[in-house]
Amino acid sequence: MILLQLISDGLQLGAVYALFSSGLTLIWGMMNVMNFAHGQFVMLAMYVAFFCFTLLKVGPAFFVPLAAIGLFGFGVVVYLLLVRHVMRGPMLAQIISTFGLALVLQYSALWAFSANFVSLPTTLVGGVYDVGGIRLSAARLIAGATAIALTAGMHLLLTRTDLGSRMLAVSEDRVAAALVGIRPDPMQALAWGLGAAATGVAGGLIALFFYVSPDVGNSFTLLAFVTVCLGGFGSVPGALLAGLIIGVVESFSAYWLGPATKDVVVYGLFVALLWVRPQGMFGRA
Amino acid sequence: MIPLRRAGPVAVLVILAIAPFLTANPFYQRIAALVVLAAISASAWNVIGGYAGQISFGHSIYFGIGAYASLLLFGRFGLPPIAGAPLGIIASFVVSLIIGPPTFRLRGHYFSMGTFAIAALAEILIVNWKFAGGAIGLMGPAMPRSLADLLFRNSLPYYAIFLAVLALLLALTHLMQRSRMGFYLRAIGAGERAAESLGVPVQRYKLYALLISGAFTALAGSLYAVMIGFVDPESGFGILISVNMVVIAALGGVGTLFGPLVGAIILVPLQETTNALLGGSGTGAAYVAYGLIIMLIARFSPGGLAELWPLINRHGRRRAA
Repeated sequence: MILLQLISDGLQLGAVYALFSSGLTLIWGMMNVMNFAHGQFVMLAMYVAFFCFTLLKVGPAFFVPLAAIGLFGFGVVVYLLLVRHVMRGPMLAQIISTFGLALVLQYSALWAFSANFVSLPTTLVGGVYDVGGIRLSAARLIAGATAIALTAGMHLLLTRTDLGSRMLAVSEDRVAAALVGIRPDPMQALAWGLGAAATGVAGGLIALFFYVSPDVGNSFTLLAFVTVCLGGFGSVPGALLAGLIIGVVESFSAYWLGPATKDVVVYGLFVALLWVRPQGMFGRA
Repeated sequence: MIPLRRAGPVAVLVILAIAPFLTANPFYQRIAALVVLAAISASAWNVIGGYAGQISFGHSIYFGIGAYASLLLFGRFGLPPIAGAPLGIIASFVVSLIIGPPTFRLRGHYFSMGTFAIAALAEILIVNWKFAGGAIGLMGPAMPRSLADLLFRNSLPYYAIFLAVLALLLALTHLMQRSRMGFYLRAIGAGERAAESLGVPVQRYKLYALLISGAFTALAGSLYAVMIGFVDPESGFGILISVNMVVIAALGGVGTLFGPLVGAIILVPLQETTNALLGGSGTGAAYVAYGLIIMLIARFSPGGLAELWPLINRHGRRRAA
């Protein structure tokens, strides 16, 4: 029974990992630029949720979409002001640019909000239900279900719509896409917007059951790396599957090894994965 | 070579070397020592991160190993902290041989992600390692028992020691720059596949570069521990330790001999002053500034100041993208 409980906890959390990781995989797939500030985007969204609740007294039905819209705009701005200019530059510029952004976001948050852990009341969404001996919390369940639906939605957007085809065309070959009349720049801006919006929703959902602090970002960045790596760089369905796997792995290692060392297992898995298959388990080279 | 072309930089170095001895202000003397220390670790990072173009975020591991080796030998065996320096260097070789070959198969972003994850992993392991003080960290000697403890009330002796180490490192880097290895590393930095196709033993030379780079970073860690007398997981293995090296080297100019020194001369006083003004490093204001500087460099001048001011890079070679 404890096994089922761990699996169900892991899947619910993993779905949220999958959601923000699918944002990262979209960005990477479109322009081969890694976003080292991805976890800090999630952190921003969590603060949006927290302040919406404490200052405006509104619930997740309001702050999750708001965080998504806000982060969408933020992602587009980051692309236009920063990423667009460095993505064709030297490797050093590509890598350190978003790393610098991560520092700015994390330490501005520390400055503005202090290092204190804050959290939303656990009773904000529903209660805890007992289904056949497994404890299910409504907040996690809603977060997990929303995350899966949106990740699937992103996959459908990319594969089933005209807009998605344009984006994929740019990711396949920028020049060729430009030749057939697709301007790469708006598509890449859109990818950053959507990628950041995914962190917006994910952050708003995680805030329902996870503490908020300025330094939560780093571990989310690494989680997104692991997920994207396991799922294959650029693959949204891969990220979904991988996110669920990581969630379960984390929930098992937290149970057996203790919460302090659960990250060791996940990061260790990442290093091992990079070593064995740098292009990811299901990814293209 | 025209002697005059060498006279300029030599004069600057001589002035820098004696400047702290001319002031009696302990705050400035301390900053001078910290500048040179930061220049050592950034110059060490520069060997693999600058010349060979492998952007490592994992160098905090080497720094931490050096610092912990020193204070563990003191704390557990009562040896003078500086005795940890050779131990740290040996341990850095072992670490390089373990993490080098697997991570060197990764290119570009993948390498940076991998080293970032390994550094995060190392920090968690240290926090949970009771023998090494866990989350609390380790202390150095409170009172000097003998001269070997290298415990001085004044920062000038540290400054002199650090300067000697920096001079050794820069001399080695200078020799390397002009040797086969320097050309190989620059070729690797410019494009690994191309270098490989021209017959450069890419993996072997990256490992050589990492061994040198890691050893000097570990030495910097030991020297830090000797001077500060305290290390905990964050100040030894924290990701910000790596970030410091990257931003200092990037500001001055990666892959140039004096770039990291110039970066340290600009950034360390800035950081120490903000910390002194804003009361401790707890506010993180310095890191907001660091992040902005990193983004500005990446956006406008990826070659760092060396790109704007060719004196830093007297050979005038710009690395290709």
